[in-house]
Amino acid sequence: MAEEVKLMKGNEVIAEAAIRCGCDGYFGYPITPQSEVMETLMYRKPWEETGMVVLQAESECASINMVYGGASTGKKVMTSSSSPGISLMSEGLSYLAGAELPALIVNVQRGGPGLGTIQPSQSDYNQACHGGAHGDFNLIVLAPASVQEMNDFVDLGFELAFKYRNPAMILADGAIGQMMEKVVLSPIKPRRTEQEIIEQCGDWALTGKSADRNRNIVTSLELDSAKQEIFNRKLQAKYQTIRENEVRYEALNCDDAEYLMVAYGSSARICEKTMELAREKGIKVGLLRPITLFPFPTKQIKEIGGRMKGILSVELNAGQMVNDVRLAVECKVPVEHFGRMGGIIHSPEEVLEALTKIVR
Amino acid sequence: MANFEVEKTPENLVYAKPRLITDNTMHYCPGCSHGVVHKLVAEVIDEMGFQDKTVAVSPVGCSVLAYNYIDIDWVEAAHGRACAVATAVKRLNPEKLVFTYQGDGDLVAIGAGETFHAANRGENIAIIFINNAIYGMTGGQMAPTTILGMKTETCPYGRTPEQHGWPVKISKILSELNGVCYATRQTVYTPAAVRKAKKAIRKAFENSLNKKGTSIVEIVATCNSNWKMTPEDANTWMEANLFPEYPLGDIKDEAAK
Amino acid sequence: MKEEIIIAGFGGQGVLSMGKILAYSGLMQGQEVSWMPSYGPEMRGGTANVSVILSDQRISSPIIQKFDTAVILNQQSLDKFEPQVKPGGVLIYDPNGIVNPPTRTDIKIYKVAATDAASKTGNMKVFNMVVLGGYLKVKPIVSIENVKEGLAHSLPERLHKLIPANEAAIKIGMDIVEEVR
Repeated sequence: MAEEVKLMKGNEVIAEAAIRCGCDGYFGYPITPQSEVMETLMYRKPWEETGMVVLQAESECASINMVYGGASTGKKVMTSSSSPGISLMSEGLSYLAGAELPALIVNVQRGGPGLGTIQPSQSDYNQACHGGAHGDFNLIVLAPASVQEMNDFVDLGFELAFKYRNPAMILADGAIGQMMEKVVLSPIKPRRTEQEIIEQCGDWALTGKSADRNRNIVTSLELDSAKQEIFNRKLQAKYQTIRENEVRYEALNCDDAEYLMVAYGSSARICEKTMELAREKGIKVGLLRPITLFPFPTKQIKEIGGRMKGILSVELNAGQMVNDVRLAVECKVPVEHFGRMGGIIHSPEEVLEALTKIVR
Repeated sequence: MANFEVEKTPENLVYAKPRLITDNTMHYCPGCSHGVVHKLVAEVIDEMGFQDKTVAVSPVGCSVLAYNYIDIDWVEAAHGRACAVATAVKRLNPEKLVFTYQGDGDLVAIGAGETFHAANRGENIAIIFINNAIYGMTGGQMAPTTILGMKTETCPYGRTPEQHGWPVKISKILSELNGVCYATRQTVYTPAAVRKAKKAIRKAFENSLNKKGTSIVEIVATCNSNWKMTPEDANTWMEANLFPEYPLGDIKDEAAK
Repeated sequence: MKEEIIIAGFGGQGVLSMGKILAYSGLMQGQEVSWMPSYGPEMRGGTANVSVILSDQRISSPIIQKFDTAVILNQQSLDKFEPQVKPGGVLIYDPNGIVNPPTRTDIKIYKVAATDAASKTGNMKVFNMVVLGGYLKVKPIVSIENVKEGLAHSLPERLHKLIPANEAAIKIGMDIVEEVR
């Protein structure tokens, strides 16, 4: 079949990719700058095409709990929101992780704190990667830097979520959500049949207690602390496996580089331009773009960043990932942060100026 | 002690534990209504032949561990979110029997939004609502359904409307919504009441399967431990004080029309 | 080939859709494209702008501050974006409502009186296509054939009957665009 090439907004692509990857249900609540996700789904009426359920919930709190309910039955379910809405969902994220349920959550970030702004930001990095709700847990976090990756990561997010029985998050931002680019849409995958769900998830999912198995219980409650500690150890072991196997990143022009920029999402795109400008000026700079923020490419940054004269971590926030970069290089290489806040997007020229300051 | 064995035959069997009630020891206090309602739920599911087609949602509250007692698939919801959880379970599995089992704090206080909107959408779920006018699990605090003048740990001098507002009649409120097909108040303190409550639960479950909309079966219940009474006194107190506030009987029954 | 464009004007002038049609035309021509709007309150009648990049190669940043071409449809946008045109670049503007015309001498400046031309056709909705015509005359980076394809792809099917009127408007724009200096 010929490739389907389209010009689409990142948010629209999330919806399209969900339908195409055989998603069973989407539950969401409108919030700028990601409302096009549900709008596109409602316009497309996938329930007529694939049987996918799309429901506008009464709040983000309800949406994430609908996701929890749907996931408990082994279905491929997702939601999307933007920063303040994700805060409302954080309880549900913790429950999803605690009950080991696969689900996909899309955060098209805007500037905070509080109601903040509706313009792009990356200030939810810590929330996504270092907690963001109670209990020791991690989300699998994917950071798309293009509309194409918005498409690709829906399928990848579900794949990882089911592989590890863990919620996965696409951590995008308003710029990636609102911009249009060329996108090659994924081939259409049918939704799984009930029988396939039983085969894939029958040992835990609520498919109905049949005579051939014990009842399945989806819960995050364990009143016996000794057992809860064992469960926590099991979760941590799972996160370690994810760290060892699922790191994804892109390294550009790192081989001859003396300086390194580390950036993800829309910031990485800006840094790519900065890199072009810097190299025109003779500054040998490379770009390392983490694609997975959890697991973080710690080893790769240590290896590549370790041989640099200096590293600039660039994010649309006050400096969150920069701490992970410093830990990765064990503070043996100077690491500085640059980033605008509150919905202001730094220009490639501004980043170049910041880069120039660390060049000695 | 005399050592004798009774031969169990169908003729001399007068009562048996419902097939779907597990052998786990219940944590409920003696005198609590939960045990009876669990039994009814288990019996109805078994009689309908739906053990393999039921997904139940347990709440946060005394019945948080309901999944230990009824032998069906269960999902344990966050506090108050059972109706949102059930919404997706039912929408994604329309052939399943889906019900929530919730107390007054879960359904009416923290979960009021989820409850209201699931009912307003007419989700094809049944809500089994245990209203004992108090928080049990956390140790006897005021519930939205605590009646005026009633003393709890957080209204030790009695609930006053000035400080706490009025008792919420959630079944009545939900009955006003077009999405709700059946709203009824029952109790389980006499054999006759138990039989009526069982019929109501069966009707609510059938409504879920027949996609009639949302059903709520409110069970006006006792919590003798936190009311600080004997089970017997609790029944008497419930009759005298809760029934006038929460009158028993059907509030709405669209299926009967 | 790489063309970095800003299109800026009032919300409701069709700024975003003009950018979308241009980007789609580039896509039809086999180019890499990006379309990055300003969004938010602008949707409700304030200023609106969109940066469009067409390139033969992978596009690095879709968010840019220096432009090869600025297409300017009101005074606020002229004030904001004239300084952001690269030296040697192009500025195209509709003189309607412009009190202080552009002053730079290191860029090429063109006028396209699209408001007047569109009102003469009796259909103000084709205003942005007149502007697009003016732009394409100055920067013929995509073929007219591909612009037609772009129109067909970016308009919903129920509006395809409007394609001929849009094409006509593009031709008008090509005819009336004039070099200022």
